[in-house]
Amino acid sequence: MTIKAPFELEKISSDEYILNMGPQHPSTHGVLRIILKLDGETVRDIYPDIGYIHSSVEKICENRKYEMITPFTDRLDYLSAVNYNLAYVMAVEKLLGVQVPERAEYMRVMLAELNRIMSHLMWFAAYGMDMGALTPIIYAFREREEIIDIMEGMTGGRMIHHALRIGGFKYDLQKDFMERLKKFLSHIDDRVDEYEALLINNIIFTARTKGMGILPKDMAINYGVTGPSLRGSDCAYDLRRNAPYSIYPKFDFKVCTGRNGDTWDRSKVRMDEIRESARILRQAMDGIPSGDIMAKVPRIIKPAPGEYYSKVECARGEFGAYIVSDGTEKPYRIKFRSPSFSNLSVIREITIGTKIADVIAIMGSLDLVIPEIDR
Amino acid sequence: MDLLKDILYNTDKPWNQFYGWAHAGWANWGWPPFILDIIFQLCFAVIIAVVLILNALWIIYYDRKIAALFQIRKGPNRVGPLGLFQTIADTVKLLIKEDINPKAVDLAVFFLAPVFIFIPTFMVMLVIPFGRGLIPADLNIGILYVMAITGLSVIGILMAGWGSNSKYSLIGGLRSAVQLVSYEIPMMLVILTIVMMSGTLSMGGIVQAQAGYKWFWLPQIVGFILFLIAGNAEVNRAPFDLPEAESELVAGFNTEYSAMKFAFFYLAEYVNLFITSAIAATLFLGGWEGPLLPPVVWFFIKTYFVVTLLMWIRWTFPRLRVDHLMEFSWKYLIPIALLNMVVTAFVIKLV
Repeated sequence: MTIKAPFELEKISSDEYILNMGPQHPSTHGVLRIILKLDGETVRDIYPDIGYIHSSVEKICENRKYEMITPFTDRLDYLSAVNYNLAYVMAVEKLLGVQVPERAEYMRVMLAELNRIMSHLMWFAAYGMDMGALTPIIYAFREREEIIDIMEGMTGGRMIHHALRIGGFKYDLQKDFMERLKKFLSHIDDRVDEYEALLINNIIFTARTKGMGILPKDMAINYGVTGPSLRGSDCAYDLRRNAPYSIYPKFDFKVCTGRNGDTWDRSKVRMDEIRESARILRQAMDGIPSGDIMAKVPRIIKPAPGEYYSKVECARGEFGAYIVSDGTEKPYRIKFRSPSFSNLSVIREITIGTKIADVIAIMGSLDLVIPEIDR
Repeated sequence: MDLLKDILYNTDKPWNQFYGWAHAGWANWGWPPFILDIIFQLCFAVIIAVVLILNALWIIYYDRKIAALFQIRKGPNRVGPLGLFQTIADTVKLLIKEDINPKAVDLAVFFLAPVFIFIPTFMVMLVIPFGRGLIPADLNIGILYVMAITGLSVIGILMAGWGSNSKYSLIGGLRSAVQLVSYEIPMMLVILTIVMMSGTLSMGGIVQAQAGYKWFWLPQIVGFILFLIAGNAEVNRAPFDLPEAESELVAGFNTEYSAMKFAFFYLAEYVNLFITSAIAATLFLGGWEGPLLPPVVWFFIKTYFVVTLLMWIRWTFPRLRVDHLMEFSWKYLIPIALLNMVVTAFVIKLV
């Protein structure tokens, strides 16, 4: 069986060989296939082959009623489902012209930020494994478990929560939500410090990541890279700040940026963002009002014909939901703009000339989630 | 009672008595004495093999428990009391699994590789001094023998990498060759320093040279640290686990291995860990010397102290990159080891 690759086989010199990494490989985090052209251990060319778990979510959505689509957005990114819900739900709300109650907005922000922390912790865990450190994964899972428990109490789901509804929430926060959140927030900063000492500032780790996979700012922008991967390249672009949605303008938080755009900066940005998310959570805990959690939404959702695009800053970058409505119960067309897809596109620019181990390091630092790429 | 005490604390005395008695009896029958020696040596070999396997079983369990300690979890605790039989269960599982030979492998090389990796680990035990007089053969070139034999395992790994006919395996095998060769040099230099200090190559002699609690780790603290680093690299464990880097090479040189062949690699890794620690204990921590407890117990305490240190390192650090690995050995370890040797030589000459 020959491997189909964009680089032709005749162009491979006798020093070079093709290594097929994935779709089943420990560190492609799902079913991403990467075809490498190698000279010894040095990467001469790289080609990511996507689509192994294409599930045609967008097409399925065309045959579903609006309220039935929300769970599908969960499945796009199993690590920060709430943010993806949020983008879709906001788009529909705009189409309907529904005003969401303030308490629901607070709850949304809280769940979204909890989800962001969860996702970044998961990234830390997996990245430790990618770099060959076997312990961080267990440590980060400890904190992640607390968040998962909170989310489970809130929504019933541990990973794909289906937390949001069009117009607000179905259920209010569970009784002990605030207590548990407070308990979690009381130690998360210390734990992040500990994790930075354990992995991010480790001498072997810094030697492997500093100056590695440098993504210049203009290249990142040209490729449409967003999220922590973009902010690592010293570009303070965060939709929560630059195109505010929900009630993010009310909160005081820093947009963390790196300096050189190398792998280490991207890692550091994620660790800093955990702290900032915790700050937002603290403010939200203090400010959350009482009141309704559900807006008045018609029983049958039939938006007026038109189209709307809504975007959120999810853990991996900019996630957008584009909906075209033709006035029926089902959307005419839905398109999701997923951040990992754009982030992956830059990999060829920044990995050529590095070693096999660096491909793993750079790919890990882009924090890819495959179902979201394949959709 | 006295006999028991002698066996525990002063093993060579009752052994010499028994040896003389056996030979006297043997001479009565009029058979050539070398046959008896061969029988004795076969007995030793069996004893060592049993000790080796049992110890490997225990050390795997111990590693998992230590990992669990560092990773705030419980570790194996289901099979037998405290999960002690976990490794036995795993071994049985591996034994009864199907032995898969992929189509494209070079069968002879593929088959011999685990043997080549496991046999040297077994042979090294010949010169390890477990206690006073409790050394299978106190060769006068003991430490040289150790270095020569442990150098063989690289051939096994190369064979596994080449014979598997898989790219991941090949990269793993070649990485391993490069790594073992580069880290053998600082290790050799450190051992040379110890040999200079003790004035002998025999393992028993090195322990004798440290008698009276003049253990070498204090004057040779630099050498001890270098030895631990190089030794860790020699046994291919994190942060030097490049040959089997899971996240990069799937499983490196043992990607294509399954069932008992894989178990041999696994066992060899842990036996190598034990041997490296045992040599470190012998060279730097005074071997079996220690108060009150029998020498054998002291030997195992010290060895397991080093084992624990190496495990601690393993479960803490991320993996090095292949060029950093080379750089680290050639630019730092070897110059430091050379300097250490020169300084030691001067000190020995002057004092």
